[in-house]
Amino acid sequence: MRLRVLAAALAGVLCMAAAADPSERLADPGQEARARAIFADVRCLVCQNESIDDSEADLARDLRHIVRDQVKAGKSDAEIKRFLTDRYGEFVLLTPRFSLANLALWGGPFLVVIFGAGLLIARLRNRPGDEELSPDDAERVRRLAETDSA
Amino acid sequence: MISEIGAFCLMLALAFAGAQVGLSAAGRVRRSTVLAAAGEGAAVASFLGVALAFACLVHAFVTSDFSVANVAANSHTEKPLLYKVAGAWGSHEGSMLLWCLALTGYGAAAATLGRGLPQGLKALMVATQGVLGLVFLAYTVFASNPLVRIPLNAVPVEGRSLNPLLQDPALAIHPPFLYSGYVGMSVVFSLAVAALIEGRVDAAWARWVRPWALAAWSLLTVGIMLGSFWAYYELGWGGWWFWDPVENASFMPWLIATALLHSAIVTEKRGALAGWTLFLALGAFTFSMLGAFLVRSGVLTSVHAFAVDPKRGVLLLLILGFTAGAGFGLFAWRAPRLSKGGVFAPISRESALVLNNILLAAATTAVFLGTLFPLIREAMTGEAISVGPGFFNIAFTPMMAVLAVVLPAGPLLAWKRGDLQGVGQRLMLAAAVAVGAGLLTLALVSPRKALGALGVAVGAWLIAGAVTELAERTRAFRVPAADSLRRLVGLPRGAWGMTLAHLGLGVFVLGACFEIGWRGEAAETLPIGGTLDVAGYHLVLDRVAPVDGPNFDADQAIIKATKDGAPVCTGRPERRVYPAGGQTTSEVAICYRGFSHLYMVLGERRENPAGKAGPPVWLVRAYWNPWATLIFLGPIIMALGGVISLSDRRLRLGVAARSRPATEPEPAKGKKPREQPA
Repeated sequence: MRLRVLAAALAGVLCMAAAADPSERLADPGQEARARAIFADVRCLVCQNESIDDSEADLARDLRHIVRDQVKAGKSDAEIKRFLTDRYGEFVLLTPRFSLANLALWGGPFLVVIFGAGLLIARLRNRPGDEELSPDDAERVRRLAETDSA
Repeated sequence: MISEIGAFCLMLALAFAGAQVGLSAAGRVRRSTVLAAAGEGAAVASFLGVALAFACLVHAFVTSDFSVANVAANSHTEKPLLYKVAGAWGSHEGSMLLWCLALTGYGAAAATLGRGLPQGLKALMVATQGVLGLVFLAYTVFASNPLVRIPLNAVPVEGRSLNPLLQDPALAIHPPFLYSGYVGMSVVFSLAVAALIEGRVDAAWARWVRPWALAAWSLLTVGIMLGSFWAYYELGWGGWWFWDPVENASFMPWLIATALLHSAIVTEKRGALAGWTLFLALGAFTFSMLGAFLVRSGVLTSVHAFAVDPKRGVLLLLILGFTAGAGFGLFAWRAPRLSKGGVFAPISRESALVLNNILLAAATTAVFLGTLFPLIREAMTGEAISVGPGFFNIAFTPMMAVLAVVLPAGPLLAWKRGDLQGVGQRLMLAAAVAVGAGLLTLALVSPRKALGALGVAVGAWLIAGAVTELAERTRAFRVPAADSLRRLVGLPRGAWGMTLAHLGLGVFVLGACFEIGWRGEAAETLPIGGTLDVAGYHLVLDRVAPVDGPNFDADQAIIKATKDGAPVCTGRPERRVYPAGGQTTSEVAICYRGFSHLYMVLGERRENPAGKAGPPVWLVRAYWNPWATLIFLGPIIMALGGVISLSDRRLRLGVAARSRPATEPEPAKGKKPREQPA
């Protein structure tokens, strides 16, 4: 088990930025750049957390070939990605869809911001009038002024 | 014999950890100084036991004692000495022992150094630290013992060697930094648990937490940077951050610790946010343990997961659940009774620090979900999804961008009630520098990239903001220069630390945005004498010659780089074969051009495309990584800021416990909080 994982990791490492291989490239640099941009967002399905831009697994090579052919045939990015997801499922995309199933994923971080901001606002609103200092606070001010004048 | 002594010491350490829990807890319950002191002694003894066991393991590695299973699986007689030593923590078992070493080391340090802490709090902290030691030592002894022998008739003549990718100086010292960073959070965790049980969290408590959090944060910063630098030059992809789960695992505790450092300031100075600071103190170590679990269990298979064992994963998950569950359970029970602390206005330094915490918490959530959501969704619906850089660019980067934009204002705002207009005026110059840097980038750097220029502007804004803050503190240009200089020298170290840390962030942002925006890439199959152009540099493959290494054979390419006809440098990238494990790795060559890197990789040898008769060709790739040095320099500056802040005499342990003399500062007398144990 361990050796297999190791071998897989090494295989991944050996074959770096495989998409840059000159023997695969498209003649038109504009189309090639578009294909590379798509590669970066397509997962090499048999690899560990690698895009087909990086991987030299046979499957990644095949996928690159398919994507390059479709770019050459003038298909749009969305069409190419739809073709890939129809075939391999959402797993193939490295950027998950904005869908209901992924709501927690996409919404989570922004929910934290909203929740945190809400708490802060609630706290700021409920603050008592801070015009007069309690004896306690006055003492604290005095101490702070002494120790933290810098 | 020596490894038996080691195994025995490890058992002893486990027993001492048990004694540490019992004695310290009893010391607290009976209010007995003697019992508490005995608990502290047990903490030191436990550390010594683990240290001896660790020394025995290193000895076994250095002497290539293949009768020890762990050595046979991870070492080789021909390995250079550094990697024999590093092999001791290169495997799952060894790395868990390193974890225990750091954990008991911090426990011993906290027991010895925390002399100024109130008796009860300290006894509870030592007891909690003992519980952590007990759990992790029990795991190491019973489920993952690195000192186990192989039956005598099965002892191999030669070891299986350490993965060649890990045979690298940066990675050899990466785990000690990372682990002492991870585990440093355990003291913060123990202090939080102790404070919750005692039911008292005040400015003094926040002050005690700070040095430990700072030390752990600084070490973690260096550890993450080393890992990233290793990935940069060892994996040969030209990238430095891949949002790989293993990277995320180390990044989450860092983000939480960063938030903690900021919220602890509010608790220390204003007595506010006590509950939230406690929450973060518990969270930092929880995320450290989560990181260890993710990496060591192999639950998320990734390019870094070299040690994979599902059975141990379950045990680690149980430890994580028990420890975090107990900590947060205690929090839910006791935290509501904590006092709310001082009030503050919407525009105040408190608000700025709360905003910092909200954004850091949201960023941590993004990294957390990006790492674990695929698992959760697959477990719930059976549908697999992938989360890659595209997600983090949308969910993480904006949080950090907003944070960077508001950051320079924070330190200039007054506590309680700030003056936004005044702060705006004082930041005018910094804003002008930022806008100027952005416009200059747009005008001078081709191809023209608006987003890249914006990133450069943000980096310049952070750097100029940090400098502004320093100028404000010294009243530069408003009082005579000599007066300013005097103020500069007299600044507390903590202030220097903050300025440096913020400056380091700016340096990092500058480097990262510039590198991402304007990196160049080229690849060709070249015969000897073939050429390749990247970012204005002209590379010639001069020759490829075999080279013998200590434990590998390599093909080394000599690549001569010129710019505008003038020679620039010669790169010697290698392709290495390690006969011990039959693996091949590539060794990149980096030409340093100022802060920028010309990065060269030698790929596989191929037949001449023109036909078999022709000379062979080599796949050669080259990257231009402008300002890449800043990416690694930034974190070093940040960590340096942490260390300088740590040396601030106001942070020395125990100082706050006495009634602080208002005028006479404490003489420095061997009471510095140690950065790392042993």
